Amino acid sequence: MFDILGEILETMKRNKMRTFLTGFAVAWGIFMLIVLLGAGQGLQNGVRSNFEGRAINSVTLFPGWTSMPYRGYRADRAIRFDERTVDFVRTNIPEVVNLSAWIMYRPQSIAYGKEYGSWNIEACTPDLFYLDFMVIVKGRFLNEADMRAKRKVIVLGKQAEETLFKGEESLGKYVEADGIAYQVVGVYDRPQSQSFSSSLYIPLTTGNQLYNRGWGIRGIEFTVNGIDSEEQADMLTERIRALMGPYLGFDPKDTSAMYVRNSAKMAAETQKIFGYINMFLWVIGFACVMAGIVGVGNIMLVTVKERTREIGIRKALGATPWSIVRMVIIEAIFITTVAGYIGIIFGLGLTELISRGLSAAGGGGGGNTPAMFQDPTVGLGIVFAVLGLLVTCGVVAGLIPSLRATRIRPIEAMRAD
Amino acid sequence: MYCNFLLTGASNDKNRTDIMIKIRGLNKTYNLGSPNALHVLKGIDMNVAAGEFLSIMGASGSGKSTLLNVIGILDNYDTGEYILDGTLVRSLSETRSAELRNRKVGFVFQSFNLISFKNAMENVALPLYYNGVPRRKRNDLAMEYLEKLGLGSHAHHLPNELSGGQKQRVAIARALISRPSIILADEPTGALDTATSREVIEIMREVNRKEGITMLIVTHEGAVARATDRVIYLRDGVIESDKKNEKPVIEF
Repeated sequence: MFDILGEILETMKRNKMRTFLTGFAVAWGIFMLIVLLGAGQGLQNGVRSNFEGRAINSVTLFPGWTSMPYRGYRADRAIRFDERTVDFVRTNIPEVVNLSAWIMYRPQSIAYGKEYGSWNIEACTPDLFYLDFMVIVKGRFLNEADMRAKRKVIVLGKQAEETLFKGEESLGKYVEADGIAYQVVGVYDRPQSQSFSSSLYIPLTTGNQLYNRGWGIRGIEFTVNGIDSEEQADMLTERIRALMGPYLGFDPKDTSAMYVRNSAKMAAETQKIFGYINMFLWVIGFACVMAGIVGVGNIMLVTVKERTREIGIRKALGATPWSIVRMVIIEAIFITTVAGYIGIIFGLGLTELISRGLSAAGGGGGGNTPAMFQDPTVGLGIVFAVLGLLVTCGVVAGLIPSLRATRIRPIEAMRAD
Repeated sequence: MYCNFLLTGASNDKNRTDIMIKIRGLNKTYNLGSPNALHVLKGIDMNVAAGEFLSIMGASGSGKSTLLNVIGILDNYDTGEYILDGTLVRSLSETRSAELRNRKVGFVFQSFNLISFKNAMENVALPLYYNGVPRRKRNDLAMEYLEKLGLGSHAHHLPNELSGGQKQRVAIARALISRPSIILADEPTGALDTATSREVIEIMREVNRKEGITMLIVTHEGAVARATDRVIYLRDGVIESDKKNEKPVIEF
């Protein structure tokens, strides 16, 4: 084996420039493959990190307008959620774990002393705390007592607190919104996500009493247990429609009457999309590698042609066809693997560098925009797969030229000057 | 001139078959079956005993090179029979004929056919590489043979740093290293001046005498033929004459 390598290195040394250029094509192909796969992974990681701000297994119901007549009701009727709807959902769907309902308002001007700013006020039930993965920085979140007493209390976002209080103690102070004073009971933060952090929360009952202009509850969100597959998620959605339709007076088939957002399904769908994106990137990357392989094959053909005389001499001296095939193929494998290895190193280096750069810039998105790109690195498994690909490629690249070499007839080869 | 030929492992093989080459009714046609078919060898019969030093002469196109290629298992033949050192050479696989070439035949060519990027020692050692001999051992042996041929000091020179005579001596060393039954030389002096030609023929004579290796030279030079013990004249693919040369002389 050592002997064979020695023979090959010797021949490669004679054509340093050519060997280098051939290798470069392969290295470039592999480099592109790694970078593309890294980019795909980065996109996937980025989008997934946006999901992380919310419970992955949650279902949200939004009221809409009916589009079909139902049991004597006409079409084009508004569906309304109220507090009894919330109770109905809680008691009739056994999978429900945590449930929250909310009334959302337009951005509202909120003031403390001379400081003011504009945030959404969201009236919600205390369970929202479990659905939205928030962290209480100080004080507490809303509780059942707030709900029962319809207290005018508010939970501020971290950013809102900083803007209004400028480091002053906020707990127990009153902020003013639309002429109503709310007592601050807590401050929350969402460290995992930059995307949904600008709402301020008041109890649902309070909001219902103060702001309900006949719209009722704008949404009901709940987490569910035991939903793992897309099929199960679809079945749950169907069951909810069949249950809610008769209760609220709409045809269960009428999708515009009630919108059901099922995040388990969304997650599964996203996963599928990434599967396709990944496949696409593999195809492109592989095409890049293919170009390199064709280059190697081409150069090996030239090499074999150039070395016709030498191969003829070797055959006259007793080289078997197999030893000639082996010589050419191993040379091809050697070039592809060494060059490919360099490509892998540079590819990994670049993805690692970008990854570092992104995390230094604050998770990719920067500021409040959601991160679409995060940690664009490829796993060890992919690296091994690529290495396997390289060896295969070497064999493929060397095969045709080596067969050409075995057909060389020593007499003619040695005559050619 | 080059009589520093002290062969330690003298191999006057008595156990080898007495008849080295036995050819019966050998025919060879190029482009068989096509309109421009060329009948090159037309029923060749010849015997060569082990340890002979003979030459095949003929004009160009007489078929002498083709005969040499058949004898060297570089080419096949159509009908007839060729037995080399007791082995019937007939429709062998590429692998088998490569093995046979490696073990039984050594080649010396007009154009030397040394591998240009390998130094003298590596060139000499090459047949042993295909014989599976480890690197160190084959390099040692190659050195030994180069020294025998007076080229010990040039072992690490590349072929283009050697003179024609030196190149041919390297080629002879390469042909000798696998201890073949027969050495086939195709116009070994064709590319050399007279002084160097003399030197090469002397060496071949020496090898034949001391190692007992059968030596077959294909040539069109009368001077080369006169230096051998037996001369076969080939004309238009048939043996015209086969004469013993009672008094071989090296006269260049």
